[in-house]
Amino acid sequence: MPEPRRVGGPTRDSAVVIALLYPDLLGTYGDGGNATILAKRLEWRGYPVELLTVDGSTGVPETADLYLLGGGEDAPQVQAARELGTDGAVHRAVERGAVVFGVCAGMQILGHSFPDATGTSRPGLGLLDCDTIKVDAPRAVGELLVEPDPAWDLPTLTGFENHGGRTRVGASARALGRVEIGVGNGLGPGGSVTEGPFTEGIVNGRVLGTYLHGPALARNPALADLLLGWVVDEPLAPLDDHEAEALRQVRLRAARERELQPRRSWRDRIRRG
Amino acid sequence: MSPRPPASAPPRLPWRSRLAVGLGRSVAEASRLTHLGSGSVIGGRVSLAVDRHLLGELTTGRTVALVSATNGKTTTTRLLTAALGADRPVVSNSLGANMPPGHVAALGRSRPGATAVLEVDERWLPRVMADTHPAVVLLLNLSRDQLDRSHEVRKVAERWRHALEATPPGCVVANADDPLVTWAALAAPTVRWVGTGAAWHADATGCPACSGRLVFTDHGWHCHDCDLARPEPDRSLDDDDGPTFAGRGGPVVVLDLALPGRVNRMNAVMALAAAEVLGADPARAAAALAQVTDVAGRYQVAEVAGSEIRLLLAKNPAGWHEALSMLAPAPQPVIVGINARIADGHDPSWLWDVPFEALQGRRVVAAGERRHDLAVRLLYADVDHVVADSLVEAVRAAASPRIDVAANYTAFQDYRREVGDDA
Repeated sequence: MPEPRRVGGPTRDSAVVIALLYPDLLGTYGDGGNATILAKRLEWRGYPVELLTVDGSTGVPETADLYLLGGGEDAPQVQAARELGTDGAVHRAVERGAVVFGVCAGMQILGHSFPDATGTSRPGLGLLDCDTIKVDAPRAVGELLVEPDPAWDLPTLTGFENHGGRTRVGASARALGRVEIGVGNGLGPGGSVTEGPFTEGIVNGRVLGTYLHGPALARNPALADLLLGWVVDEPLAPLDDHEAEALRQVRLRAARERELQPRRSWRDRIRRG
Repeated sequence: MSPRPPASAPPRLPWRSRLAVGLGRSVAEASRLTHLGSGSVIGGRVSLAVDRHLLGELTTGRTVALVSATNGKTTTTRLLTAALGADRPVVSNSLGANMPPGHVAALGRSRPGATAVLEVDERWLPRVMADTHPAVVLLLNLSRDQLDRSHEVRKVAERWRHALEATPPGCVVANADDPLVTWAALAAPTVRWVGTGAAWHADATGCPACSGRLVFTDHGWHCHDCDLARPEPDRSLDDDDGPTFAGRGGPVVVLDLALPGRVNRMNAVMALAAAEVLGADPARAAAALAQVTDVAGRYQVAEVAGSEIRLLLAKNPAGWHEALSMLAPAPQPVIVGINARIADGHDPSWLWDVPFEALQGRRVVAAGERRHDLAVRLLYADVDHVVADSLVEAVRAAASPRIDVAANYTAFQDYRREVGDDA
């Protein structure tokens, strides 16, 4: 490890413990990247960090500060929800004030219920007030742009989504924001899957879920810092994010221009059809 | 249905098939003359439009070997073609067009009796198996690729499994170290298992049979929750004391490949096992495939802006894991080119599953259309990097007489075209 770029004075002595839960079941879309990003952003600010990878052979720790759940395929998602529900460690940690970040299938697991591959509703952990349902609509795949709820004080969020289910936000939860481009939670007024406006993401206390999948925090350093601010409970020193900013500008423009790919030449079209 | 034995005299094609082949050839020739490309895909499409049973017709009376996988199918097809070419005429879709139009284009140009070694796109394997009644199907690996499209690699394994049950080939040559391949191949009546050593297993797919957890050890793998486990291999890559191909009751053959990397030794033992099933002499076959140098531009060396660059292709985390291990040692710089077009998949989230941390200690130039995604990945990997807008600019930024250029699919094709080899 290189010398951390120490730019702020953290007041805590004990290491911040980040637990990446079940990457062997929930890690389909580069989700481990979020753990790397959160750990590095703490290190660069001079915080000691401990990153725990929790798989089937190691029990879920109760004392971590931040828990991460990634995306996954249908069957491993059911398995992960069953194991976490039986274990109970994450519930006890949340009661204690720990922060949880769930992405895609990870967010669905954190809700009350989600559908399995056959459409049967399976129990989630109930840490987010939401239910995910199977709908008669195409899978949501593509760039996702979100105008965050002003409560979170975040810039526009950018990412990629890839999910079949749609998520109903309960009364006690707050959405992360409103969808500008894409599907997000995907249920409009009256439960419509075609008519927006759609919300995106869910927050209950310090538990946050989003359909910005995979390494969502790579494009959204401010969202990473929102989570880290909850963890350390003090203002975070600024970091040099110009490379993430360059990426954000490219992706925001690509999404707004619906430019998912560069234009292909006529020669390319004839060749490949 | 059982595989058809090769007839002694190949049957004459029906008139419709002959017309289809002729028209396809003409269109392909026109495409070549107008410099649109090799013409094999468009020619093949025209042929199939005229005769949709053409693939079956063209393989009647031939011995057919199919090669499918997520990674390494082009290289392994090339290696098997070389291995069998030592003692018989062979035809192959060497241009990398791995769906039926490419197959009929290659077969239409060949001698009727030549053994066909066909690379097959993994999603097309069931259909091509049903049409060609192969003597051997070689299954290398299955891993995540193109995240926005094939969202569940298990579904591909399931389709393979059903196809191997419905139209069993003469023999399946399967990689025993890949759980998804193993599970699919277990549905076939005749399997030759090949041990290739450690496989990529960071795809979070779980057990293909029961969705339980897979346990990987130094000696293999098994499921924690059901009885799926690594089968005992019939043939193996033994890498301990100089690479060899060996196995139960078979000869020990030394592998001395021109191609770099452990992954190509794995591809070579798979090809040798398949050649052996088709009656080839392993020692002679091994000597023949050892001569293969560059495969459709992979490992090709070219000169750009006064530097000697070597091209490497990697399409997904499993492929990158292998490609990173083939790079010249640090501090030699590396150019990494990343696109996210249709053929690559629109979602480059997989960049975070690639252990780019392995590039620490050298300069890396991020190139390709998704260079900014890569730059952020390299930042968090603590890798010294710069961003460049073109290959020439990247070579200048790398500032070294020798540079490895590793790129994903369409970026690789762009660079190949740029260095002047679009064969």
